[in-house]
Amino acid sequence: MTEELRTRVHELLERTPPQDVDPIDFLRARFDAGLAWVHFPVGLGGLGAPRALQAVVDAELAAAGAPDNDPRRIGIGLGMAAPTILRYGTEEQQRRWLRPLWTGEEVWCQLFSEPGAGSDLAALATRAVPGPDGVWTVDGQKVWTSTAHTARWAILIARTDPAVPKHRGITYFVCDMTDPGVEVRPLRQLTGEAEFNEVFLTGVRIPDTDRLGAVGEGWQVAQTTLNNERVSIGGQRMPREGGLIGMVADTWRTRPELRTPELHQRLLAHWVDAEVLRLTGERLRQQLAAGQPGPEGAGGKLGFARLAQQLTGFEVELLGEEGLGYDDWSFVRPELVDFTGREAGYRYLRAKGNSIEGGTSEVLRNIIAERVLGLPPEPRTDKDVPWKELSR
Amino acid sequence: MNLLYTEVEEELRASLRDLLTDRSPIDAVLARATAQQGYDPSLWRELTQLGVPELLAPEAGGSWREVAVVMEELGRSLAPTPVLGSVVLAGSVLGPAERTATLAVPFSLGAPTVRAEGGALTGTVTSVADALTADQLVVPVEGGALYLVESGFTVTPRTSLDLTRPLADVVLAQAPGQLLTEDPAVLAQALLTGAGMLASEQLGLAERCLAMTVEYLRERRQFNRPLGSFQALKHRLADLWLEVVGARAAARAAADALATGAPDAAVTVAVAASHCGTVAVRAAEECVQLHGGIGMTWEHPAHLYLKRAKADQLALGTPGRHRTALAELVNLPA
Repeated sequence: MTEELRTRVHELLERTPPQDVDPIDFLRARFDAGLAWVHFPVGLGGLGAPRALQAVVDAELAAAGAPDNDPRRIGIGLGMAAPTILRYGTEEQQRRWLRPLWTGEEVWCQLFSEPGAGSDLAALATRAVPGPDGVWTVDGQKVWTSTAHTARWAILIARTDPAVPKHRGITYFVCDMTDPGVEVRPLRQLTGEAEFNEVFLTGVRIPDTDRLGAVGEGWQVAQTTLNNERVSIGGQRMPREGGLIGMVADTWRTRPELRTPELHQRLLAHWVDAEVLRLTGERLRQQLAAGQPGPEGAGGKLGFARLAQQLTGFEVELLGEEGLGYDDWSFVRPELVDFTGREAGYRYLRAKGNSIEGGTSEVLRNIIAERVLGLPPEPRTDKDVPWKELSR
Repeated sequence: MNLLYTEVEEELRASLRDLLTDRSPIDAVLARATAQQGYDPSLWRELTQLGVPELLAPEAGGSWREVAVVMEELGRSLAPTPVLGSVVLAGSVLGPAERTATLAVPFSLGAPTVRAEGGALTGTVTSVADALTADQLVVPVEGGALYLVESGFTVTPRTSLDLTRPLADVVLAQAPGQLLTEDPAVLAQALLTGAGMLASEQLGLAERCLAMTVEYLRERRQFNRPLGSFQALKHRLADLWLEVVGARAAARAAADALATGAPDAAVTVAVAASHCGTVAVRAAEECVQLHGGIGMTWEHPAHLYLKRAKADQLALGTPGRHRTALAELVNLPA
């Protein structure tokens, strides 16, 4: 299989020499050769091959100097929209959306959270009403939407039946971000910049052919999206002192004038915590590779958020007077979140989001307690009540 | 670095757990502790028959990875056996031995004060683990050389915080000793190995305390609902679970590093010892607290775990001492 893949890569490079063609044309050709994501089906950018073999393809193409699709720029499309479209989309939808999604020609964003529906996402209030012409009309407000200002498409969940309990009245759509009823406003964060947006939907029209999954089953469809989100946050492999601890350790080594005995004790404690978290991730990867997935994965993001917050707080303190400054409060819209490209104060503030985005640490603790430890759920007053009767 | 358990290791765990569940249930451990009976000689014989001391013999296919599994199960059950002293500490120096032994060091660590003159050893070593059942002692003397001593010493039990691993003072008076090595690195390696294996014991203990607490909170009802349905308690247990997951990765890494003689074994052991020592105490303290009144009684076994965990935290180096060792090992100077 590996050899067959190498042959395919070389055929692609011969047919479409990356040095001679436009990068987009090369990426399209790569998609059509089934070398985009090899675990996807034939005809949709893949070959139905094991996911692990993608590394072989990526290495060969990188060695040949071929352009890539800049995956960090289109993370929501690749990590969340694509797996959901693959699982729930019709053949026609898959053919329309997956190719430009993967090549990066069309950027995607996610319209899930609302001002009144954060951790309690299923309480969302954005309404979608069907019209006689087979077109839905959508009204509401979404929030925490990264890349909304560059996106061509959005994955959207909206309420289609307010008379049933909240989890059952939701439907999953793909929303055209160029519709005149879509208004995107940058949302400034405590860091000064605006990674995210608010999105106002006013009379937005969505054809029924852009629905994913059945009417009223949007909550189940959204689970595919959300599970993929948690996998993509906090799961990278790291060498010892990789990540934030390496930056702090370097500062410690190169600037002895900052050292105090009290900071030394705390640094060593953080170093141990970082190494334990790294080993935990390494053990999880070994379990997955051996086909023994354990429940340990549920803790990865929780542990990462805690460590990032402790380390970034420590770093500001370590820097002394420098820690009192800040590199830049400008209201900018960055394309990427970069922890290492900014100064300590930025890292400290941005890390506060780690325990909120993609499921708060409180929700994750509930999930661990109930699904891993088997503790009973809290008594609930919202599960069997029609959505429209819930307090807001 | 293999952080998982091999099939052989899982089989070893299963047979040990069967034996310990049958021969040393926690009620029996409590009864022995209450009667201050100390070690269980017949259980130690059965562990010997099961081949626990031979786990260090390469020809038997054993290694520190397997011994670590034994330590996990002993931490889980608190079975009063001299495995730490005999198989781990003395075993690190002597290899697999038929006679029960221990390393004559203060359990809280301290420089050796025993003197050797012409092969005769004189001095006192206080708070030695697993000395009460030892037929022979590996004795470090001033300068770090190691002697094997089979006679000429007395052992006096101390009233110990840990009821299931009682300590004792050893007095050597002109005891005839056989020189094992003059290389102080052998003692250092034994102590490193001890700390690494203790991390697995702490992992087993922490895991047992967590499981016991979860089980109790699922059953115990107050305010017309199971206590475990209260979010305040669920979050505490989720955090503890995450610490235990980390302890497993760290303890396995230490066992693997010791088994393979990894060049960075000292770093890996220091990380495991620092983390697991803290987690075990926290798990035992949460176990007492979340059991409420019953957790404060003598009849409930939670206190046995608390006493072991707290004593283990001081044993063979506190977490703080291991972290301080890291400063030099990973170049983070004070």
